[in-house]
Amino acid sequence: MNITKKAVEHVANLARLTLSDEDLDVMTGQLNTILSYVDKLGELDTSKIKPTTHVFSVTNAFREDRVTESLSQEESLANAPLENGESFQVPKII
Amino acid sequence: MKPYELTIAQAVKEMAAGEFTAVELTESCLDRIEKIDKKLQAFITVDREGALSQAIAADKERSAGRVGALCGIPLSIKDLLCTKNVKTTCGSKILENYISPYDATVVDRIRKEGGVILGKVAMDEFAMGSTSETCAFGVPQNPVKSGYVTGGSSGGSAASVASLECLGSLGSDTGGSIRQPASLCGVVGMKPTYGRVSRFGLTAFASSLDQVGPLSRSVTDCATLMNVISAYDKKDSTSVRKATPDFTLSLKKGLDGVRVGIPLEYFKQGLDPEVERVVQNGIEVLRSGGAELVDISLPHTEYCVASYYLIASSEASSNLARYDGVIYGYRDQQADSLLDMYKQTRSKGFGAEVKRRILIGTYALSSGYYDAYYKKASQVRTLILGDYKKAYEKCDILISPVTPTPAWKIGENSDNPLAMYLSDILTISANLAGVPGLSVPGGFTGTGLPVGIQIQGDHFGEEKLIQAAYHLEQELNLELPPLDI
Repeated sequence: MNITKKAVEHVANLARLTLSDEDLDVMTGQLNTILSYVDKLGELDTSKIKPTTHVFSVTNAFREDRVTESLSQEESLANAPLENGESFQVPKII
Repeated sequence: MKPYELTIAQAVKEMAAGEFTAVELTESCLDRIEKIDKKLQAFITVDREGALSQAIAADKERSAGRVGALCGIPLSIKDLLCTKNVKTTCGSKILENYISPYDATVVDRIRKEGGVILGKVAMDEFAMGSTSETCAFGVPQNPVKSGYVTGGSSGGSAASVASLECLGSLGSDTGGSIRQPASLCGVVGMKPTYGRVSRFGLTAFASSLDQVGPLSRSVTDCATLMNVISAYDKKDSTSVRKATPDFTLSLKKGLDGVRVGIPLEYFKQGLDPEVERVVQNGIEVLRSGGAELVDISLPHTEYCVASYYLIASSEASSNLARYDGVIYGYRDQQADSLLDMYKQTRSKGFGAEVKRRILIGTYALSSGYYDAYYKKASQVRTLILGDYKKAYEKCDILISPVTPTPAWKIGENSDNPLAMYLSDILTISANLAGVPGLSVPGGFTGTGLPVGIQIQGDHFGEEKLIQAAYHLEQELNLELPPLDI
C-alpha cells in the first residue's frame, strides 16, 4: 500500500504535528518503505484468527470508591507551563 | 579492587563485614562518574546530593540492624522511570525540565530495600530506538569500544553498569530494550514476564509490551534485583497477582532435566558468524552440563518485526497524545490558538523517530486502515504467541542470539529506520508474547566486542532463565572486557 504526501499531511494533522516541506518529503519516503515492508503480513491468512491486544486476559480492576491521599494542588501545578495558582492556563479556545 | 568494581553481591558482603560504608561506596561511584561520564554520556542527570543522603540513611539503617537487600547499593535508573524530586526526561526535549511528583513503584521498592539512586541514565527518546542515538541529551558510547553504539533503548543503563559507574540499573524493554544493550555492552539484562513487575511510574511507550527489568554485572545480581522489583501492584491493573519466588534459589540448581529448545528461525541468514560461534559454544556448554537439546520451530518469527512496529507505534501514538503542552512539559509560547499550541509544542518537542512512530501508529489506527494494519498485526500476534505455546510443550527454555550482529558504529544505521527496526528481530517476539527473556554475556568477537546469549522462557518461567544463565556464566567464566573509556 502506498501513502501519498497528502495522506501523510492528513495523518500529521490528526496527530497534531506540523511537518516542514522537507520533513514531509523525507517522512513520506520512509513511511512508504516501512508500510511496504509491513504488507508482508498479508502473506498470512488470518481470517479465522482472533486478535491479541493483551497477552493475559485483563478485565476491569475495580476498587472501592474511597477517598485516599493524592497529589496536592500545588504539586499538580508544579510542572505546568502556565498556571494561575489554581488551574492550568491555555490559549483562548473560543 | 575498588568499591565501584564490585558486584552487588560482593558489595553487600563487604559492607556487612565493615570493609567500607555505603557513603564510601557511593562516593567511589560518584567520583567514577565524574571522571568518565563526560565522554561516556551514560547519565542525563547525576543526583550527587540525593545519592549521598540516601547513602547516609542506608548506613544509619545498617547500624540500627535494619539491612535491606540493597542496603547502600548505588544504582542507576533509566530516565523513563519516574523519580520524585529528580528530573525524568524520557530522553526527550518535550520533558527536559519535568520533575515527577511521585516515584515509580519499582523505584519505591528499591528505596525501601536501602538502594541508593545515583541518577538517571540515557535512552532513546521515549525508548524508541535500538542504539540510544535518538536521546535528546547526548549519545552514550559503548564502554568497551568508543565510537560504537551501546544499543538501546536502555543504552545508558547498560553503559553505566558495564563501565563500573554503578553496581546495577533498572531499564525497560518494549522490543528488546534491556536485552539488546546488555548484549552489546557485555552485561546481564532481563525482561521479566509481562505483568511480573509494576509499570506504575514507567512512562508509557507501548503499554501492552513495556516491562521494567534489571541490568547487572552478574546473574546473581540479576536475581537479587528481580526479587526486589517483582510484585503485584494495585496501582498497575495489568500487574499479575502472583507470588514472587526467591530467584536466588534458582542459581545453583544445575541443568539436569532442563530441556533447551533451539529455535531454528533465529539462526537463519543475516546472522554474523562470530555471533553464531559464541551462541553455538553456549549451547554446547548447556549440553555438556546435562541439558537436553531440542530443535524448535517458531514459524512466524519472520513476521514479528512487521507486527511489532504496527502494534508498538499504534499504542505509542495514543500514549504520546498526552504531551500537549498543557499540564507538564515543554510548551511553545508563541502559538496564539489552542490547536496551534498543540501542533507547535509537539512538532518542536518531539524528535524525528518519535514523530515517525506517531505517524505510523496514527495511520494504522485511522478509519479505513485499522483492519489492514492494527487488527492484522494483532492477529499475527496471536500466531506468534501460539508458536511459543507450542514450543514450550517440547522445551523449558529457548536459547538463541540476542541480536544478529555485535555493536556497530554510531551513525551507521541512523538514516535507515527500517534497517534499524530489523535489527530487533530476535528480541521482539518475547514482548509480543509477553514471555520473559534474558541476555547473558557469551563471549567476544575477534575485535573484542561483547556478544550476549539470549534465553527465553514461558510465562512466569524466570527461574529457569536464571538457572541456565548462572550455569553459562560459571562455566564460561568470562573476564570483564577491557574498557575503552
